[in-house]
Amino acid sequence: MTQLATEQTIWDKNESLPREELQALQAKRLKQAVARVYQNVPFYTANLNALGLTADDINAIDDVRKLPFTVKTDLRDNYPLDLLAVPRDQLARLHASSGTTGKPTFAVFTQEDLDTWSDLCARFLYAGGLRKNQFAHVAFGYGLFTGGFGLHYGIERVGAGVIPAASGNTRRQIALLRDLNTETLICTPSYALNIAEVAREEGLDPATDLPIKFGHFGGEPWTEDMRVAIEAELGITAFNNYGLSEVLGPGVAGECPCRNGMHLQEDHFLFELVDPQTDEPVKPGEIGELIITNLTKQATTLLRYRTRDLCVIHEEPCDCGRTTRRMGRVIGRSDDMMIIRGVNVFPSQIEEALLSVEGTTPHYMIELDRPGNLDQVTVSVEIQPHMFSDKMTEMNMLKRAIDKEIRTITGIGVTLNLVQPQTLARFEGKAKRVIDNRFAPGSMEK
Amino acid sequence: MKIQQLSVFLENKPGQMAAVFDILGKSSVNIITMSTADTEQFGILRIITPEWEKAKTVLEKGQFVVNLTPVIAIQVPHKPGGLSSILALFQNQGINIEYMYAFPCAHTTEAVLIARFEDPCNVADVINATSDFKILSEADVFKEKKSCEIQS
Ligand SMILES: [Zn+2]
Repeated sequence: MTQLATEQTIWDKNESLPREELQALQAKRLKQAVARVYQNVPFYTANLNALGLTADDINAIDDVRKLPFTVKTDLRDNYPLDLLAVPRDQLARLHASSGTTGKPTFAVFTQEDLDTWSDLCARFLYAGGLRKNQFAHVAFGYGLFTGGFGLHYGIERVGAGVIPAASGNTRRQIALLRDLNTETLICTPSYALNIAEVAREEGLDPATDLPIKFGHFGGEPWTEDMRVAIEAELGITAFNNYGLSEVLGPGVAGECPCRNGMHLQEDHFLFELVDPQTDEPVKPGEIGELIITNLTKQATTLLRYRTRDLCVIHEEPCDCGRTTRRMGRVIGRSDDMMIIRGVNVFPSQIEEALLSVEGTTPHYMIELDRPGNLDQVTVSVEIQPHMFSDKMTEMNMLKRAIDKEIRTITGIGVTLNLVQPQTLARFEGKAKRVIDNRFAPGSMEK
Repeated sequence: MKIQQLSVFLENKPGQMAAVFDILGKSSVNIITMSTADTEQFGILRIITPEWEKAKTVLEKGQFVVNLTPVIAIQVPHKPGGLSSILALFQNQGINIEYMYAFPCAHTTEAVLIARFEDPCNVADVINATSDFKILSEADVFKEKKSCEIQS
């Protein structure tokens, strides 16, 4: 880390353009993007015509706000390839995101797009310690999923050796890492912890017996506590990166050695942060929904894509020398956001509080009620053997610690309800952690 | 000279305590004594039984969280002032009691005090060195004092 902090880690001059120059580039590219879709994508031609807009109306980056949003269902409605902005014969690669509800959505690339993708992944890999003379082990699934390939190209672009280990057979992966003396590990954060666990079962000390120095983790939500755990377990420096297949895949944003947010690749995307309720821009430092406009992607160019991901954007300059703004961790999905006594609260924040007090995330459920017009939050937590004590003083201390942590993280007080194991509902797939009784029929009389 | 106490987490909803004793009864577990501590939101049930291993297994199967806690059983005279004499000893020796409960033995003049300390070994040493109180072994509590048993 100390070594990285003093090293030059900027891959591309576009990462450190003066802001005015960057914004001029963004404005120029935005106009081109709008012209491209207006001409080639019937969906956008119709939408822009309905608003009486053409590329002539887009001359500055703030003009993006005149444009309509694109949402996930627009992608499904235009299945499979109706949003193509180039002739079909120019496609070089087709990936798809798994459709949890019905059809998948395609992520498509021209050769130029694949080049851009390689560069954008190279930026954050290089920032996070990867160099030409090293090896990087990719334990992401390859196939239709964009994760494996995007990182793979980034490693090749840096010039390092790629080990496309893909997923599965953790013991073999550990043997590969050790035998090849691999410096960088790329996978999901939970798989990183799994590698450490299996290494321990093998009688190894993962912090000293595994050669890895750097890890790039993504593909699922994770917390700062998880980063601390991964770094201690594996004896590495861990970096976060962000991407989504709708607009590219990995490479949309990634951390620098300062690790105080993920640098947004603003020369290739235009980012906005809006209040999911009003669609108005949020004030600096506030949480909002990330909206992404593709500036350079040729195969598909999405205008104002609603990611549903909620985060903050840091505007102040970063010590690393990059001039791009930085996004914080995704702290929730706009569809999960709860508004409690006027405060925006996310289930992930409750989860973070439980994790930081307990070291693990127990099963929990959040219930919202509004007796006498005042929002009330009850958090039920399944007690685990290591949390339980025969002493009342210790149980009360545990309750107070959880209460306090939830209040610190969310700014609201809750009623904590400790319950026996296996008493809360279990979910297949995505958990539904919130029961909102506030607007249920009959709730107004309470 | 420590004996095992089962500590069981009880969620605050009706029937939880009954469920514990239903499980123990169906598994023919004999209970020597028990006590509870509650707050508005949850309770802790503490049980002394010779069959603590079996009791722990069946309760865990029934989705209860159960811990084993080492406690000390001390024989005290079952008469006015019997308890105060041992409490005076703890006070004089600066020993802190986390919690305690007691039960009389039928047909004898003795009672048994179950007490939880931060450092039970040290407490046992102090009691042996400074008083005539008898610290009971598992055998004392569980086997020979059959008359003390409550049938669950
Ligand atoms: Zn930076």
